[in-house]
Amino acid sequence: MMEGLKRGGAAIVGVAESDLGQVAEGLSVFDLMAQGVGRALDDCGLKLKDVDGLFSATTQSRLSVLGLAEYLGINPPFLGSTIVGGSSFEYHVAHAMGAIALGLCNVAVIAYGSTQRSVGRKQASAREINPHETPFKPFLPSSAYALAASRHMHQFGTTREQLAAVAVAAREWALLNPAAWEKKPLTIDAVLSSRMVSYPFTVRDCCLVTDGGGAIVVTSAERANALKKPAAYVLGCGQSTTHANISSMPDLTVTGALTSGQAAYQMARLGPQDVEAVELYDAFTINTILFLEDLGFCKKGEGGAFVSGGRIAPKGSLAVNTNGGGLSYCHPGMYGLFLLIEAVRQLRGECGPRQVKDCEVALAHGNGGVLSSQATVILGTQATL
Amino acid sequence: MPIDQDAPLKTYQDHLARDELAYQFSHEAGRAVFYPRVLCPFTGSNQLEWRISKGLGTVYATTVVHPSEGKPFNVALIDCDEGFRLMSRVEDIAPEQVHIGQRVRFRVHPAEGDEPPFPVFAPVESA
Repeated sequence: MMEGLKRGGAAIVGVAESDLGQVAEGLSVFDLMAQGVGRALDDCGLKLKDVDGLFSATTQSRLSVLGLAEYLGINPPFLGSTIVGGSSFEYHVAHAMGAIALGLCNVAVIAYGSTQRSVGRKQASAREINPHETPFKPFLPSSAYALAASRHMHQFGTTREQLAAVAVAAREWALLNPAAWEKKPLTIDAVLSSRMVSYPFTVRDCCLVTDGGGAIVVTSAERANALKKPAAYVLGCGQSTTHANISSMPDLTVTGALTSGQAAYQMARLGPQDVEAVELYDAFTINTILFLEDLGFCKKGEGGAFVSGGRIAPKGSLAVNTNGGGLSYCHPGMYGLFLLIEAVRQLRGECGPRQVKDCEVALAHGNGGVLSSQATVILGTQATL
Repeated sequence: MPIDQDAPLKTYQDHLARDELAYQFSHEAGRAVFYPRVLCPFTGSNQLEWRISKGLGTVYATTVVHPSEGKPFNVALIDCDEGFRLMSRVEDIAPEQVHIGQRVRFRVHPAEGDEPPFPVFAPVESA
């Protein structure tokens, strides 16, 4: 499916977050996107006039890429607004790479913004009625992921303590990240005894509700070589969608990450054993377990044991969600862009106390909807080309 | 253009109003289709036959929702014996008593005001 894309043909050269957490009163999603765009262009030394490809996705504007182009005062010939939930930005990377390879654009900016904490979740995304789900009042998305967790616990004996270990590891990473929302330590007992949301999840098994945004800049490998900072080359990417609604997910214990990961590994000519920093979309604690399994870091059903005992925490054997993740760093509605930002920073060696030593290959895995859309991007330093 | 097909949702809800859990069967695919639609998602065929479920199924996945106000309640995915899955809830027992593998039987939650009828389940032993 992705055989048209050339390994290392494009690179992420600029990354930036907008303001995060609880942003200043009155800031719009376009203000946040524009903050991200300005900072990401500064990060790589390119200018707005260089941008000829523009991508965005947000739940708070129906025609967001038009709004963003207007705001920025640019008229890029190539636009993209694929919106498949939190993994949209991993899709955008593949689409930008394709457009660059075809000569449809050369400098693509991918932007995101959300003010869901400031305006409230109900304002930030319109409620959709599904006649086959809405009558049962699932608390979405939490209940959908909770159903998947129930199945994993039933089939593989995964425990609530193992789920909690994911939240605790994320918190330990977050304490090493000055930009993280959460500032205090967390214990397994504290996760288990927090307010129940949708069994088996307490509020600490669920991602944060923050504001935030950001942007990344993607360009051709040739142009990337001449820019300010070391480029993060796109070695592989893959996408898979298995359903939209949780009642249509074929097997609640196997996600599309299996397929997207295989495609990305194949294109990158790498395997899980080569990945040094693993950035996984942890909207809920079960996600990390499912994606570690489906992306081949452990066998199916063994994810619960794998995340226990600090294995994915700082000083553990596998560096997972090194920014603190959606569970403890930030989660402004759709989190996928932040996975890419952190993966690039790890490859550049910019991460201070949370830096993974000699990081040459990083993986960003986006998830959208209710385990619905999965997209994997494998990035590497110049040494991996 | 003449209207040559009722909305699948309307047909489904009309069956529910008659205490029937209806689903579609695709002969080309040789399997059940749910939710009701105009094209078979396995073959692309538009030849979908309406059938009535016997109303027996097994809990595939379950959660207990804890709303900020009001009592906790069950949300479950049910695998019906005819080979289709749907979201529903299991009633007549405490929500945390609902468990994967439990045998359940369909009944109708009747229409209320503007809200159409929908299918719910109860444990087979108490139904």
